[in-house]
Amino acid sequence: MSEKHEKLIDKKGIRLDGRKADELRPLKLEVGVLPNADGSAYVEHGKNKILVGVFGPREVHPKHLMRPDRMVLKCRYHMAPFSVPERKSPAPSRREVELSKVIRESLEPALFPELYPRTGIDVYVEVLQADGGTRCASITAAALALADSGIPMRDLVVACAAGKVEDTVVLDLYDAEDKLGAADVPVAYMPNLNAVTLLQMDGALSPEEFEKAVSMAMEGCKQIYAMQKEALKNKYMKIKEETKEETEE
Amino acid sequence: MPTYFEAKQLVTPGELLAEGEYQAGENTYVEAGKIFASRIGLVDLDNKKVNVVALRAFYVPKPGDIVIGSVIEVGFNGWTVDIKAPYTAMLRASDVLSRPFKPQNDELSQVLDAGDLIVAKIASFDRAHDPQLTVGEPGLGKITRGQLMRVTPTKIPRVIGRKGSMISMIKQETNCQIILGLNGVILVTGKAPAEEELAMRAIKKIEDESHTTGLTDRVTQLLKEEKAKHEENKQ
Repeated sequence: MSEKHEKLIDKKGIRLDGRKADELRPLKLEVGVLPNADGSAYVEHGKNKILVGVFGPREVHPKHLMRPDRMVLKCRYHMAPFSVPERKSPAPSRREVELSKVIRESLEPALFPELYPRTGIDVYVEVLQADGGTRCASITAAALALADSGIPMRDLVVACAAGKVEDTVVLDLYDAEDKLGAADVPVAYMPNLNAVTLLQMDGALSPEEFEKAVSMAMEGCKQIYAMQKEALKNKYMKIKEETKEETEE
Repeated sequence: MPTYFEAKQLVTPGELLAEGEYQAGENTYVEAGKIFASRIGLVDLDNKKVNVVALRAFYVPKPGDIVIGSVIEVGFNGWTVDIKAPYTAMLRASDVLSRPFKPQNDELSQVLDAGDLIVAKIASFDRAHDPQLTVGEPGLGKITRGQLMRVTPTKIPRVIGRKGSMISMIKQETNCQIILGLNGVILVTGKAPAEEELAMRAIKKIEDESHTTGLTDRVTQLLKEEKAKHEENKQ
């Protein structure tokens, strides 16, 4: 394999996109971008562009999914046909169905489903542009959208991946590293409760490498968590500062 | 046994608020003896109780609440009403008609039809049953005129103000009647559309800036300025 493409990491330990091994891609988070949704968030994680809308709690449809003792969470992860270089069919693929499930299960522990029986929440994740690590970016954005909608939460959920590229454990793999690298370990995590809600591994790692990858991913999560909190507060701080100026005048 | 916040600090879900002898109030939860926030909002300490005043929340029905809703369906012995809550409410025909209700004599859609708006009170609600409404009190019933607007339900107390100071000030300045549904729907009825618009602008301002200080003064200023402008235009 390695003869076919350029080295993914050079001798100085710099990756193809110019990052160090433990460096995140640039991240931009925004909250409350969709006025018609109850809560929403937009994330740009490297070249990933993802929009999340949250609706509810509301009546569950179809009716048979309704639970008399708790609230149900439904997730739909969808990639836009133009999100990848080769047009992707808009019909849900096997991968999208799996990711919908994975995102749902990583968000569920953050909620209090027993508080609102017979209701449901819908989370719609729309990937506008994909460049590796969309499941992590989706979870980060979906947690923000849930918080924005006013649904009570134990903690925000943050996700970040680590993996192995040419015998080096690296943080936050992008598309080329994901495809050509040796392994990818996405981790979703609630930092304040110190609880992991998602842990997957694609590829092969030694136990030592695995542990290193997980702790590296969790460090990445903590960095993103700080930005997540800031993005959530930002929406209200802006107004606060504006009015402060008004009264000072 | 410390607290980890300043008064009126903006917190996000999952933020550690206090430990030890404190009580968990609104929008907080306890895990391993520690109190965390469960919604984005402003923290406040009331005696030993830690409360978060939420900036974003949805309406959860409570018996006795006045709400504003719209009829979505006319059924055999009542109406289904959308009250902008996770649950749809029911209004029974026997509650609206003062006499016993007989399906053969009464056409329910003549009393209230789909799309009609009503002011109602929550008669009952619990985990197992959808909320029941009642309109059998003065001031409740079908809405015939005015304009509706929606705010986040948690901001209704801010619109009311301390002992109703804010809302009575808006009513007085704009000559409008205002009915606040606790589900976040507000009915503004005035003599002229311009007055209604002004009242709605003032309420919108309160919603947007509810977490800031000196709000009453700024709203008063807005109303005074707009009224002055209006007078000028008249002349």
